[in-house]
Amino acid sequence: MPAVGTSVARKDGIGKATGATQYADDLTFPGMLYGRTIRSTIPRGRITSIELDFDTAGFTIVDYHDIPAGGRNVVALIEDDQPFLAQRDVRHVAEPILLLAHADRETLLAANVVIAYDAQEPEYDPERSGLVFKSLGIDKGDMDAGFANAEMIIEGTYRTGHQEHVYIEPNGVIAVPEKGGIAVHGSIQCPFYVVKALKSLLGADAYVRVVQTETGGGFGGKEEYPSMIAGHATLLALKSGKPVKIVYDRTEDMIATTKRHPSIVRHRTGVTRDGRLVAMDVDITIDGGAYATLSAVVISRGGIHAAGPYRCDNVRIRGRAKFTNTPPNGAFRGFGAPQTLFAVEAHMERIADALGMDPVALRELNALRPGDTTATGQTLTDDCSALDVLREAVRRSDFHRKRAEYRGTNRGIGLALFYHGAGFTGSGELRLASKARLSLTPTGVRIFVSSTEIGQGTRTMHAQIVADAMGIPYESVEVQQPDTQLVPDSGPTVASRTCMVVGRILQRCAEEMRATIGARSPAEYYAAHGPLDILKEHEPPAWIQWDEDSYRGDAYATYAWGCDVAEVEIDRDTYEVRPVRITAVQEIGKAIHPGLARGQIEGGTAQGLGFALLEHVVMRNGEMANATLTNYTIPTTLDTPEMDVIILENPYRDGPFGAKGLGELPVDGPAPAVINAIRHLAIDVREIPATPEMIFAACT
Amino acid sequence: MHLTLNGRDTEVDAHPMKRLLDVLREDCGLTGTKEGCGEGECGACTVLMNGELIVSCLVPLAQAEGAQVTTIEGLGGHHALQHHFMNEAGAQCGICTPGMIMVASTLPPTATLDDIRVALAGNLCRCTGYEAIYRAIHAAHTTVGA
Repeated sequence: MPAVGTSVARKDGIGKATGATQYADDLTFPGMLYGRTIRSTIPRGRITSIELDFDTAGFTIVDYHDIPAGGRNVVALIEDDQPFLAQRDVRHVAEPILLLAHADRETLLAANVVIAYDAQEPEYDPERSGLVFKSLGIDKGDMDAGFANAEMIIEGTYRTGHQEHVYIEPNGVIAVPEKGGIAVHGSIQCPFYVVKALKSLLGADAYVRVVQTETGGGFGGKEEYPSMIAGHATLLALKSGKPVKIVYDRTEDMIATTKRHPSIVRHRTGVTRDGRLVAMDVDITIDGGAYATLSAVVISRGGIHAAGPYRCDNVRIRGRAKFTNTPPNGAFRGFGAPQTLFAVEAHMERIADALGMDPVALRELNALRPGDTTATGQTLTDDCSALDVLREAVRRSDFHRKRAEYRGTNRGIGLALFYHGAGFTGSGELRLASKARLSLTPTGVRIFVSSTEIGQGTRTMHAQIVADAMGIPYESVEVQQPDTQLVPDSGPTVASRTCMVVGRILQRCAEEMRATIGARSPAEYYAAHGPLDILKEHEPPAWIQWDEDSYRGDAYATYAWGCDVAEVEIDRDTYEVRPVRITAVQEIGKAIHPGLARGQIEGGTAQGLGFALLEHVVMRNGEMANATLTNYTIPTTLDTPEMDVIILENPYRDGPFGAKGLGELPVDGPAPAVINAIRHLAIDVREIPATPEMIFAACT
Repeated sequence: MHLTLNGRDTEVDAHPMKRLLDVLREDCGLTGTKEGCGEGECGACTVLMNGELIVSCLVPLAQAEGAQVTTIEGLGGHHALQHHFMNEAGAQCGICTPGMIMVASTLPPTATLDDIRVALAGNLCRCTGYEAIYRAIHAAHTTVGA
């Protein structure tokens, strides 16, 4: 019986349901110490003195001087700007300065360190900031000619705030001295990113092993930050000669680690009276925070998605990621696209209003179709499904009937059309050269990839692909826990690439293994011939052409498509808007595991609703002022409405069994759908989260 | 200190003000109970004390003296809810799952969707949007022999 397309039991399901599965904080090692990070309390300045105001007996104390010769005080990622430990200058609140370790947690937490600073004037406004991490320009057609043909020009500015990941398991690692070097066990999305960072810290020849422990959610929040924590635990472990555990509590996690980049997006759009888009001018600023981290890639994805899933011959997109004295922002599910898709879909609704046009009709007229070109000049093929998802969402939600029926009531209904490019941008997948390995075992096969299970179902979905490609039962496929001494580098677990890209490499490994063992079962072949290993590298489709400088060409191998319809209700006394029903139609190529795919859509939709309505990071003097789950609220059961999820399948020819990337798509749609439903209530809000305070301000 | 933990008489040598959560995890070796926030908001550390749901991060050991405490490990490994959380993908990353199951274990099979929503309102999940959790509980309540 084929496994692909059926909702087989998760490989990790029963361990999680019984509490047997062990996460980073569940592990202890003999002689283990607890580690603690002493952080800056000001947003910008120079350290003038550090005083240890406690009895230091039994403590291991580390500052930047403890970085070994041959190592660098740099969290190696894209730019070499971020230190593991501040040396003299601090650029943001919660910047790590000093590390402490002790065997007793209470003693450790009681230690008082007094740091004095020469404070300097911080910059919090990304638009005013003079320092640009990365800027980009995308040009298509002739803007002057486009605007000359316009019969109406609509302008608008749209803003989104920080968003905190709130994986329920906070960041944490344990560093263990091993073989003269270090082994790090931790809650990590990208084990080889940590290897790279630790080799920067310790020197290229150092022994570094990284093992991913079961990870309690990531959403991008454990993409780059674990490199920092791993470096800290490593320095303490090497100095003390003992294992050191650093697990953040919720407040430290919220104050110190990355968040979704706030954005300001300005649109100026030329249209004809019958609703055709003839010129789209888009300007994007995102707030990178105090270090570059992944901002260059976030603005890149944000920029590429900024014109929305629409055909327009004349497009100009300008984008930049700017420095501010706030903790660095980083990867968060969607990676720039939720911000720019919010802006363009809120703007499209205003265009429909300005033209007196039905919002569905405006989108139908302009939606990308196979053969159309995107803003970067990519010609879309038959797996472009914008119209399919739009029409199905309108039909399923009974959009037009409700639109008329709700008018003038406390209910509103709105929609958003969106798409999400799968895999690394442009030639990124070629550069990554990801690898996967399949090994024959006495009972079946075992998968070796560095792709991590962070809840989305990596193990299960990969095992399904391998089982069917080999023609063996799903149960006979095992999956190796990622350990960088054992698994090849399959690239990071990000960018909706784990199924589409890594799954495809595994499919090719499995096909070759099947051809090699012939009619025999894996067990028979193993008994006769012994071990068999097949390692393959990703082969991006040859047709992908991309120019990094001009941002022209095939930005992504393919796109997944979505249309969300949000129905909301306003309380006219409290100005609170609550979602009451969401219809989410998403085209994902092929659902390898329909239950898990649905779970991604439902979970991403809830996260998008939080982004739209609830999740407000209050920054005060460069510091998150509401860094608790009491004051930063994510959707509970009572905030999450009934969801009608519909999966459409329009296969991508180079994906495993036709699968496209899915993980990020679902967070792109809810925020603009909700804001457009609020507009249907005749309330003009152009910023999220649309808290009661903001709705009140818009109403009065 | 003395308590009845998952049906067994248990002596614990720990400070009476130590959080029950830490006692369970560190002194009793029961790491199925998780910490998500340490302030009683997320529900990941939910256990039963004398039949009542509590968040063990807010309860000092002293308060559990003499009490009956049941953790996820106390449900064994074959509880219908555990089985259906696996089959319905009610667990994604799994960190909230023990707390969710402890709450669900107190619901009668006649619980409506609204009852389930209200009961789980103190348990945060960031992965599922809760829908698969409702499906798992519903399946456990409706499957014959559950």
